[in-house]
Amino acid sequence: MTTVIQFLIDVLSLGGAYALMALGLVIVYGILRLVNFAYGELIMIAGYVLYLMSGSGLPWLVMAFMGVLAAIATGIATDYIAFRPVRAKSVTAVLITSFAFSTLLQNAALLLVSPRPRPIPLPDLFSTTVEFLGVVTPARNLITILAAFILLSLFLFVMRYTIIGLAMRAAATNFRMARMLGVPANLVISSAFAISGLLAGVASLLWLGRIGSVVPGVGLEPLLIAFIATVLGGMRSLEGAVLGGFLLAFIDTGLNYLLPQDLLKFRDAFTFSFVILVLLWRPQGLIKGPASGDRT
Amino acid sequence: MTTASLDVQTLSVQFSGLMALDQLSLRLAEGEILGLIGPNGSGKTTCVNAITGQVPIARGQISLKGQSLSGLTPREIALAGVMRSFQIVRLFDDLSVQENVEISTLVRGTRRLEAHKKSRSLLEMFGLWDRAEDLAGDLSYGQKRRVEIARALIANPHFLLLDEPAAGMNEQESADLMTLLSDLPKAYGLGLLIIDHDMHLITQLCHRVHVIASGQTIAEGSAAEVIQDPAVISAYLGTAPGEGDKRGA
Repeated sequence: MTTVIQFLIDVLSLGGAYALMALGLVIVYGILRLVNFAYGELIMIAGYVLYLMSGSGLPWLVMAFMGVLAAIATGIATDYIAFRPVRAKSVTAVLITSFAFSTLLQNAALLLVSPRPRPIPLPDLFSTTVEFLGVVTPARNLITILAAFILLSLFLFVMRYTIIGLAMRAAATNFRMARMLGVPANLVISSAFAISGLLAGVASLLWLGRIGSVVPGVGLEPLLIAFIATVLGGMRSLEGAVLGGFLLAFIDTGLNYLLPQDLLKFRDAFTFSFVILVLLWRPQGLIKGPASGDRT
Repeated sequence: MTTASLDVQTLSVQFSGLMALDQLSLRLAEGEILGLIGPNGSGKTTCVNAITGQVPIARGQISLKGQSLSGLTPREIALAGVMRSFQIVRLFDDLSVQENVEISTLVRGTRRLEAHKKSRSLLEMFGLWDRAEDLAGDLSYGQKRRVEIARALIANPHFLLLDEPAAGMNEQESADLMTLLSDLPKAYGLGLLIIDHDMHLITQLCHRVHVIASGQTIAEGSAAEVIQDPAVISAYLGTAPGEGDKRGA
């Protein structure tokens, strides 16, 4: 029984972080039909802000808040610098500018900080273990579950009950039509980037809280995870992104539990094989998104 | 007293060398129902697309109450008070019926409660209030068409351009729609432009009819006048009655 509870905690905590990452990627993709390849750098930026503020003596929550704020600001900057000037051009142009912005941010971190891993300040709670339902587990797992639950609920509320959420859902279904009805396109897109930054910022705290340090390329793995989770769940479905995140965590954690020690190094190969099987069965992902294919 | 109007003056639209609209002029006044008819490919939808800023115009002028609409984006034209529906219904299938209707007015700064009141009144008028919570994608084709018109109306437009509003509807649905549309100009003080192939709908509903063929005006006047116009008959049938007899004689 304790193994089942431990497994569930592991899946929910990893899945919570994956779901936040995937949601941050898919909210922009849903509207612009373009993958923001600079998404991983939002996670990196939040980490470096924490590192740079580590000697400030400020409470950790304030530093974490500043990190998330920096990720939001960078998200909005991604829109203004990489997307908006070329939005009406070809998909290739936007993909290249998105890659360029990602490289620019990584190189800025290399030049201005260091290519070596830098420790980030973490509260003591992140390194303690607690007993929960008879299972001893790192407190950060429970924090991750709680943070993911709060943020996903907040996200659901914004999308369901606010005007900007309604406008974003309409834009994700048919952006051209939404604009013709008077939906302000630039505001909707910037809001999507800001929410993407918020999700990346919080995911960064939870993700880097596991690693304890930040390097310029730290965003690559979360980007890959988010991308796989969204492909698995359905590239254009917000629910699909969350489902994909938890499913990917379920597969990863399940393999961690089941694979013999000498096969663990091939875990990713097993995971990707499973993802390929799911996609052969449902090429559009588990949840099909809105029908229209119109880009801005 | 002058009535506010939507004026199209010598409008030309060109697609890769093909003249889709050629010096077309028409005028739609508030409170009026104008029918825009013509054979397939005559440029009716292009005319609506040009008025709503969706295709670039080569020459001519479009103005709303004396103010030029040239250079405005479709969004700006919609905000100025010109709304439209489409030949193929374009609803947000993943949003509820009520959300589909309310979005047009919420993005104009209307408060939620007021938007809710307005959408309820419109959906009741269109007989769709019992489907308000359902996803728009689950509605029948005729119901979707009515939601599309309700979505345009909630924004209080000065002019509403309907592209084949009765297409795909059965006889009863079409008759119900006709009753609804006939009341709109008076109830909302708006000008209505209707494109349709259903001549019964056009003759019953429209105060004036404008006929185009190959992008040019070939006749205008009351429905009774234009359906007897030889140019109109020729455009639709390829030859005016009597003309063929003469040729054959």
